Amino acid sequence: MRDNEVLRIVSKIIIPVIFLFALYVQFHGDYGPGGGFQAGVIFAAGLILYGLIFGIARLRRVVSIRFLQGLIAAGLLLFSFVGFLPLLMGRNYLDHSVFGQDAHSGQHLGIFLVELGVGITVAAVMVTIFIAFAGRRDNL
Amino acid sequence: MILAQLPVLQVIVPLISAPLCLLVRRGQAAWIIAFSASAVSFVVAALLLDRVLQDGIISYYFGGWAAPWGIEYRVDVVNAFVLIMVTAISTIVLFFANVSVREEIDDKKQPLFYTSWLLCLTGLLGMAITGDAFNLFVFLEISSLSSYVLIAFGADRRALTAAYQYLVMGTIGATFILIGVGLLYMMTATLNLDDLAHRLPGVMTTRTVQTALAFLVVGISLKLALFPLHLWLPNSYAFAPSVVTAFLAATATKVALYVLLRFLFTVFGATFAFEVMPLGIIFVVLGSVAVLSASVVAIFQDDLKRMLAYSSVAQVGYMVLGVSMSSVAGLTASILHLFNHALMKGGLFLALGCVAYQMGTVRLGSLAGAGYRIPWTMGAFLVGGLSLIGVPLTAGFISKWFIVRAAIERGWWLILIVVIIGSLLAMIYVWRVLEMAYLRRSADLPDLVIREAPLTLLCPTWLLIGANIYFGIDTSFTVRIAERAASVLMVQL
Amino acid sequence: MNALGLYNYWIVILLMMTGFYVVISSGNLVKKIIGLNLFQASVFILYISLGKVAGGSPPIIREDISLYSNPLPHVLILTAIVVGVATTALGLALVVRIKEAYNTVEEDEIHQQDESL
Repeated sequence: MRDNEVLRIVSKIIIPVIFLFALYVQFHGDYGPGGGFQAGVIFAAGLILYGLIFGIARLRRVVSIRFLQGLIAAGLLLFSFVGFLPLLMGRNYLDHSVFGQDAHSGQHLGIFLVELGVGITVAAVMVTIFIAFAGRRDNL
Repeated sequence: MILAQLPVLQVIVPLISAPLCLLVRRGQAAWIIAFSASAVSFVVAALLLDRVLQDGIISYYFGGWAAPWGIEYRVDVVNAFVLIMVTAISTIVLFFANVSVREEIDDKKQPLFYTSWLLCLTGLLGMAITGDAFNLFVFLEISSLSSYVLIAFGADRRALTAAYQYLVMGTIGATFILIGVGLLYMMTATLNLDDLAHRLPGVMTTRTVQTALAFLVVGISLKLALFPLHLWLPNSYAFAPSVVTAFLAATATKVALYVLLRFLFTVFGATFAFEVMPLGIIFVVLGSVAVLSASVVAIFQDDLKRMLAYSSVAQVGYMVLGVSMSSVAGLTASILHLFNHALMKGGLFLALGCVAYQMGTVRLGSLAGAGYRIPWTMGAFLVGGLSLIGVPLTAGFISKWFIVRAAIERGWWLILIVVIIGSLLAMIYVWRVLEMAYLRRSADLPDLVIREAPLTLLCPTWLLIGANIYFGIDTSFTVRIAERAASVLMVQL
Repeated sequence: MNALGLYNYWIVILLMMTGFYVVISSGNLVKKIIGLNLFQASVFILYISLGKVAGGSPPIIREDISLYSNPLPHVLILTAIVVGVATTALGLALVVRIKEAYNTVEEDEIHQQDESL
């Protein structure tokens, strides 16, 4: 698909917009439909579009499998540690009210970090699934 | 301070260790992380059991949000018992896995294997400890998805089809549970199990709640491998790696039984479940058919893992027979058998794992004369087999004794007959193996050297098998806890 | 409430039975997974439709709105959708490996190949 000029040019314009939209959905989960999972999938869709148009080899150079595995682990660990911090301050797990001056801002920050962790993991997982499936084309 | 956080540590420790396993490259490092996480979970479970025996119910609010709005972890005697059983089995089998996995799975995939193992452990522990119905569904799916992956690690290509079949059936079961929880939420507007128990009596007569009970029972029975929803089990156990079979056989169905007990007795209450809805009759029939038919099919199996898999289906039948009696004695028998069967099957599958490690196969014919070539392995199988039959001085006898006693107390003579016939059938299929091992001359295959398995494999096997004998002689610990758990469950609101 | 007023539940039942039928009757492994997805989608609709409060607005806080729909089923379904996606991905990964091992994704052909062992 690399040779089709229309696809190449349009995708080069669209893919950054997709990433931007993914970030918008990520951070506006409090005020509208959105949140970690949706944003992660949209972000992954951008990367998958890149892989579809320019080939799996190019995509792998942008995000290697080891990097993606590291991201999956990092997102999950971010979520877990954000929940773990209140334990050190004597409160229960995932009690975000310890993060800020008052309970409200603490919860806000806590949910923000947690959703970020979810978004990172989901995006990495989706791209990993795509690469794992598409990279086997030769054997099928 | 740590003591107050024990419930969440039980689930967090394996959950955080899983991505750590993903990050390492070498199988040995992944094994170290997995084994340490499992051992720490065991310590946490032991501390929890100790506290529960002293203080009664432990309640833990996630994020500080009080129930019923927040997610609550609720530990009482029933799930503390299940927790310690699951963590103990996981730790012992992981010790076995260090050598066994190196033989059966190639090195690059081992970190992924241990990651899946830890996720499965997280799911099982979370299912046992949570007090929220939807949280239960989430952990159920975590443990199910990771067990599909674990099974697919098997060397034979039929492991893939077995994992696929389990996936389809398991997802249907989990979706049924989701529907049941949704219907309950529709009628009571709460997801907390304890709160459901308080609010359900008001809406018990509606058809929605009855449908919810039906969906929940069918969904859980699928995970429990209750006849006729057991079709996924023989293939999955036969083709998975040896340690995976040992782990899943000893834990997955038991936790499903715990979930059944929790929903039937704590949430719905015994009067609704057994007197308004005909669950007593259904469980008696299905349990009896499971015991008899699965034992008969086990007799004709050539692959020993398959034979033990069908035997597991029969043992689930025994547990369900105990549940069907809906009495303290019946529940004591079920909970006892939950624990004892884990010891039995765990030990037996580990013994088969030793055989697979040494000989590369678990066909019945290859064991000719093995009793004298590999005495310790076959000795373990002998004791485990005696426990399956229910010979006195073994844990299996204790469970069957309690089932029989509960049946006599209720006057249900049919169950007595089923137990006796089941034991006779078990004697037949265990005898087939023992006869081949001890009474047949070994085949003249000079190039097949059969040596005893290494110590790291034999020790965990004999630990579980020895526990069979120990808990068959000194029953005070298990019986006391099982009786306390049964009376907690039978408390009517 | 007449039968037509409960149309959301009729849709749920229709989807559920369709999905279930596809899973049971189809011999193709990929079609089974699609049936599973249909089956799960019906459950999502069940949950979301039970969260709707008559006359309620979407559950996002604004000063001038006092009646909101129930936000809890939405969160539950988000989780269930993620679980469904993971199950589908895992199922399809298994199908890919089965295709490589058996050279087919038809259940009866796989059975034939295993029986001949």
